[in-house]
Amino acid sequence: MSPASVPSSNDIVRRGAADLGAAIADGSLSSVEVTQAHLDRIADVDDSVHAFLHVDAEGALAAARAADEARAAGETRSPLAGVPIAVKDIVATKGQPTTAGSRILQGWIPPYDATVTTRLRAAGLPILGKTNMDEFAMGSSTEHSAYGPTHNPWDLDRIPGGSGGGSSAAVAAFEAPLAIGTDTGGSIRQPAAVTGTVGTKPTYGGVSRYGLIALASSLDQAGPCTRSVLDAALLHEIIGGHDVMDSTSIDAPVPGVVEAARRGDVAGLRIGVVDEISGEGFQPGVRARFEESLKLLEARGAEIVRVGCPSFVKGLAAYYLILPSEASSNLAKFDAMRYGLRVGPQGVASPSAEQVMAATRDAGFGDEVKRRIILGTYALSAGYYDAYYGQAQKVRTLIARDFAAAFEQADVLVTPTAPTTAFKLGEKLDDPMAMYLNDVATIPANLAGVPGMSIPNGLAEDGLPTGFQILAPATRDDRLYEVGAALEAALLEQWGAPILDQAPALPVREVTR
Amino acid sequence: MSVLDAVVDYDDAIARYDPVMGLEVHVELNTATKMFCGCATGFGAEPNSQVCPVCLGLPGALPVVNAAAVESAIRIGLALNCSIAPWCRFARKNYFYPDMTKNFQTSQYDEPIAFDGYLDVEIPNAAGDGTEIFRVEIERAHMEEDSGKSLHVGGSTGRIQGAEYSLVDYNRAGVPLIEIVTRPVRGAGERAPEVAKAYVAALRDLLKALDVSDVRMEQGSVRCDANVSLMPRGEQELGTRTETKNVNSLRSIERAIRYEISRHAAVLDSGAAIHQETRHWHEDTGVTTSGRPKSDADDYRYFPEPDLVPVAPSSDYVEQLRTTLPEPPDQRRKRLQKDWGYTDLEMRDVLNAGATELIEQTVADGASPAAARKWWTGELARRANADGRTIDDLGVTPAHIAELSGLVASGRLNDAMARQVLDGVVAGEGTPTEVADARGLALAQDDGALEAAVDKVIAANEPIAAKVREGKLNAAGALIGGVMKEMRGQADAARARELILARLT
Ligand SMILES: [Zn+2]
Repeated sequence: MSPASVPSSNDIVRRGAADLGAAIADGSLSSVEVTQAHLDRIADVDDSVHAFLHVDAEGALAAARAADEARAAGETRSPLAGVPIAVKDIVATKGQPTTAGSRILQGWIPPYDATVTTRLRAAGLPILGKTNMDEFAMGSSTEHSAYGPTHNPWDLDRIPGGSGGGSSAAVAAFEAPLAIGTDTGGSIRQPAAVTGTVGTKPTYGGVSRYGLIALASSLDQAGPCTRSVLDAALLHEIIGGHDVMDSTSIDAPVPGVVEAARRGDVAGLRIGVVDEISGEGFQPGVRARFEESLKLLEARGAEIVRVGCPSFVKGLAAYYLILPSEASSNLAKFDAMRYGLRVGPQGVASPSAEQVMAATRDAGFGDEVKRRIILGTYALSAGYYDAYYGQAQKVRTLIARDFAAAFEQADVLVTPTAPTTAFKLGEKLDDPMAMYLNDVATIPANLAGVPGMSIPNGLAEDGLPTGFQILAPATRDDRLYEVGAALEAALLEQWGAPILDQAPALPVREVTR
Repeated sequence: MSVLDAVVDYDDAIARYDPVMGLEVHVELNTATKMFCGCATGFGAEPNSQVCPVCLGLPGALPVVNAAAVESAIRIGLALNCSIAPWCRFARKNYFYPDMTKNFQTSQYDEPIAFDGYLDVEIPNAAGDGTEIFRVEIERAHMEEDSGKSLHVGGSTGRIQGAEYSLVDYNRAGVPLIEIVTRPVRGAGERAPEVAKAYVAALRDLLKALDVSDVRMEQGSVRCDANVSLMPRGEQELGTRTETKNVNSLRSIERAIRYEISRHAAVLDSGAAIHQETRHWHEDTGVTTSGRPKSDADDYRYFPEPDLVPVAPSSDYVEQLRTTLPEPPDQRRKRLQKDWGYTDLEMRDVLNAGATELIEQTVADGASPAAARKWWTGELARRANADGRTIDDLGVTPAHIAELSGLVASGRLNDAMARQVLDGVVAGEGTPTEVADARGLALAQDDGALEAAVDKVIAANEPIAAKVREGKLNAAGALIGGVMKEMRGQADAARARELILARLT
């Protein structure tokens, strides 16, 4: 990278969200400056990263001006007021396209905001745009986006994880200090792991699902994607909490995540290593970094214990029945009757509604979506329900019991987040089973509804980042931040600089502004 | 419509076959808002004006259960003598149709809110000299949401086949429904159609008393699907059934079931098999026609609705709702008979005419119980009978009858004139007062004609007038008779007496 290509806003975009929020609050930076710096960065690098499906410069700057005016008027909306954010394209944003990475929703502009969006706006966070994702969040690589893949900022030939590869890549590429992701089987945590960023899947019901385009209703959960544990906690606090529009939302205050992130004290905490997911079959570098992280936590006073969760191995199979079943029903609404793509069948003069529905769904859905709709339709069919969906729900109960038993012995559980570092684009595209195996460590948390977090814990032998997953009992999201912050601090001490400083510089668009 | 199906004479059909019925009644609740969102539920609003992201099924929107609808469902269940589930879930019923915004209906499947109940209905006894109770067993009552309404434009039938295009109004999408399903109704024999009608009428009365629905069949707030099958007499194995959809008046229920019994018998007599299918009822021609083939294998891929938490009414709550139930129908009948002072015979006529609620409302609107009974079980029952309609289907309301009997009581109309006014009301000319005004029907009152007649009769009968002046008021009777004769009966005798006394005393 030539010195001339280093953007002038480099300093701003490399700062964390908590830091930027404080600078905006004390007047040393304006939200407009910070937002513009990120828009410039997006303009510079997103041609190569392709983290964004839609950038709303005008809307973001208007919100930034409003944030600056509110600050000038003495209002303090939140610690992150004025700090811009990227939002996964599965979250409804009034007036901005929301496609869930699918052709079938191309051009759809929601007439309403998701609760997450409403809370971001109320807290004064300008929304930079919508991030790329696997179509309807089905995938672990973002290659199933109808709008082309996102590239991993660590190596543009590699996947950024999925389904929320766009959100994590945007944060890793310094295009946004914060992003919203959604996690159904690991879609926040696995991209965080392979991009060297932080991602939290809150307790099921901890963040409202209202306005999140549903993949699997009983598994989906929105959460923060950031570069630090504290930033994640600050964002978690803003988007979390009860919402009357979501029946499954927990009617209790957000756990004390920010305090826990500031404390990062693991002295006396029992950290359980899950025997079944302790690195067997995982990439050597992933296993090595995991073992080192355990030692660092032990050095900070944590007690490492081994716990057995025998049903976790059945999680993947159960997940790939429950998810397609719910998805097959959730995606039935995309029928061309009311919004989105409408395609007439070839060679039919006056087609029936059913023919238009079929032609539209054929043209509008990608192969992975069709694959899962077919799987789910089959699994829910009369005569198969008990053997498939019913059985999968029983596995779910067993996994919840495993968690309950494990949390008797440990305050948190830990695993490597993903079996491997980022693989090459295209490498697993023709092998759905290999792709599905990426989620083996993250899926149990979704099935049981417990919270999980991934934080970067080093680079593997291939020079690519690895992730360390922390799991806590339902509603004890604060423990994720306690442990995450402790490990983050220990690693930072060791490295002397944030892990993303080790990422190669991205090619910058050769134009003068 | 294609070739008419063969039918056999109803009595012949009954002689050879035992009918078995199943009745599914969908009741639209009268809650202010929809089942899963805050949209209004009022009937007849501008199309697609009562919608939001939730009931339009927009991507990302989520349902939230309307507590008032759950309360109504439990009260209906209790009133139908059902057990109430301490814990139950909603389920998704998956199928594609343009009037379904999500392409699944949020309903209940194997965990209904209410189950195992019954409704006792009163039907005329076989001897025809009284009534008897027929118990209809209720399998379940469950909660669900209504769909939108499709309007097929162009084509001759108003059905989707042959239409040029279709419009969908989603105002109704998400309106709370309770579906009440009977167990197979057996043993009604030839009275099966009557039992069905009496059941729906009793259910309607119950729902009205509970104040949970507008129960307006003509607006679709109560919709009945009737399953019918026949068993050869003496056999126990159920025959193949057909389901006649959307039979939306009491009289149609009776007619449609009667028709299906005759039609099934003709098919079975010919040695052919009944096809399991839905049938459409045609009110105008009184026949059903074949609809969509239906099989038990229709696969709706039900599964528990993951967007909603289970409904778990506490037993305290259920018991508290039990205290809000209206008086049971039999107790109520006894009380009304006493309040109204009817003899047993009179009360039986009222029940046979299905006029209890009408009379109750008519009395509430100001008529005397005697007048209300006289109108509903007399003149109106006669008219309904003559037209082959039910008394609540004549376009005459309790308010009309109260008004009419008020006009008679006040002396504006006599009985003969009141019947003419009723003709006008039935013909849709307006309220009784409007009809009387428009048709110029009134007993002469303080107008010139009556006064002139009084003056003329007094002048012509001076000796009698003198007696009245002396205080012999009874003598006025002869003068009144003279005035009525002079007026050719178009006068109110009481008013004539008043005018005579006013002049002479
Ligand atoms: Zn609505």
